[in-house]
Amino acid sequence: MKSGDQRAVGELYDRYSSVVYAVALRVLGDTGAAEDVLQEVFLQLWRNPGAFDSARGSLGAWLAVITRNRAIDALRRRRPETDIEDVIVSVAPDLASEADRSRAAEKVRGILSAMPAPQRTALEMAYFEGMSHSEIAGKTGEPLGTIKTRIRAGLTALRKAFQA
Amino acid sequence: MTPHEQFADDLALYALNALEGENRAALEKHLASCPECRRELEQLRGDGALLALSVTGPKPPLRARQRLLDAVAKEAAAQSRAQAAAQTTSARKSWWGWLGWAATAAVILFAVSLWKENETLKRTLASGRAQYTQTANELEDLRRIAAPIIASEAQRITLVSLKTPPQPQGKAFYLKNRSSLVFVANNMPPLPPQKAYELWLIPVQGAPIPAGVFKPDAHGSATVVNPPLPANAEAKAFAITVENEAGATSPTMPIVMMGAGE
Repeated sequence: MKSGDQRAVGELYDRYSSVVYAVALRVLGDTGAAEDVLQEVFLQLWRNPGAFDSARGSLGAWLAVITRNRAIDALRRRRPETDIEDVIVSVAPDLASEADRSRAAEKVRGILSAMPAPQRTALEMAYFEGMSHSEIAGKTGEPLGTIKTRIRAGLTALRKAFQA
Repeated sequence: MTPHEQFADDLALYALNALEGENRAALEKHLASCPECRRELEQLRGDGALLALSVTGPKPPLRARQRLLDAVAKEAAAQSRAQAAAQTTSARKSWWGWLGWAATAAVILFAVSLWKENETLKRTLASGRAQYTQTANELEDLRRIAAPIIASEAQRITLVSLKTPPQPQGKAFYLKNRSSLVFVANNMPPLPPQKAYELWLIPVQGAPIPAGVFKPDAHGSATVVNPPLPANAEAKAFAITVENEAGATSPTMPIVMMGAGE
């Protein structure tokens, strides 16, 4: 997408807005705030299309990560922690079509539900609530080291199961 | 198995932005010099993205699409307006900056150098019609100002105090960044045949630079206009010596006239 190509924004929106909105809503729990993040993410992309390098992976995954980061920042009223350019995500499937994404979403949900609950909870706290490892430790009453190991194990499990 | 086991847990946390404090600082320092860990970080971020992708939920409200397109259109319009304004302002500023700063001498110098660069200017100006009209008019004005000083047929009158005999006087107008020099002299004593005056630019550093050879006319007046000069020579002073007609590459003492910048 070339900067200033307004038609292209519409097309990208049609393709990826549901992912972006869903992630924003999951994090923020508020439709108005989620809509604001949705707006911001696509505006940023239009202003700076060079930020995404298609050789490096899937635009859908990249947008999902950007959205999650922005939403967490909004949730915790922080300044954006990472620049939009800093995120490089290499996820193999493009997940561009609704069908692809539904299939992938279902698969991941399956993996999550098969995970030990403490592992899943730690992952979700970190990912969707933007908690730091010490905050998670504090909330769950578990030692720091345990939290670290759980999160790493959780991500590994996701990767293995998804690649299978 | 990750390349650097001691960082493996921290990498996973970092990928989720959940790592803080000195652990984070230490990891960032390591990442700066470790491409393998950076690759692993990318992988982990991708794994985290799966979490994001697993989320389902309602679609965004329909109005959000139009809201986005409206915002984009507004920004695009603002961008092109800002670009256009910046171009006009910078062009105008640089022109008026000249006139604002210039004493008469500098204005004349500018006109003279423009005169010489006429061909080049016309080509450049041809590309911007509105600018051309404005600049061409101003160029005309400057030409009119400069003409009496430069034209050989112009009358030269030097006004001196009636109480003292006329003294030789020279005025040099120098524009460093254009290497433009105009020198006007009055009441110069006549010279023996085969001799001439030579003007020198005395730089801040280095040897005096030849800046034109001239002979006064019957009235003792002389002009030197835009002699070849090295680029950006910083002038501390100007001086005049008497040399052979052909001029010299270094001054022959004594210096007969000299002046530093006002």
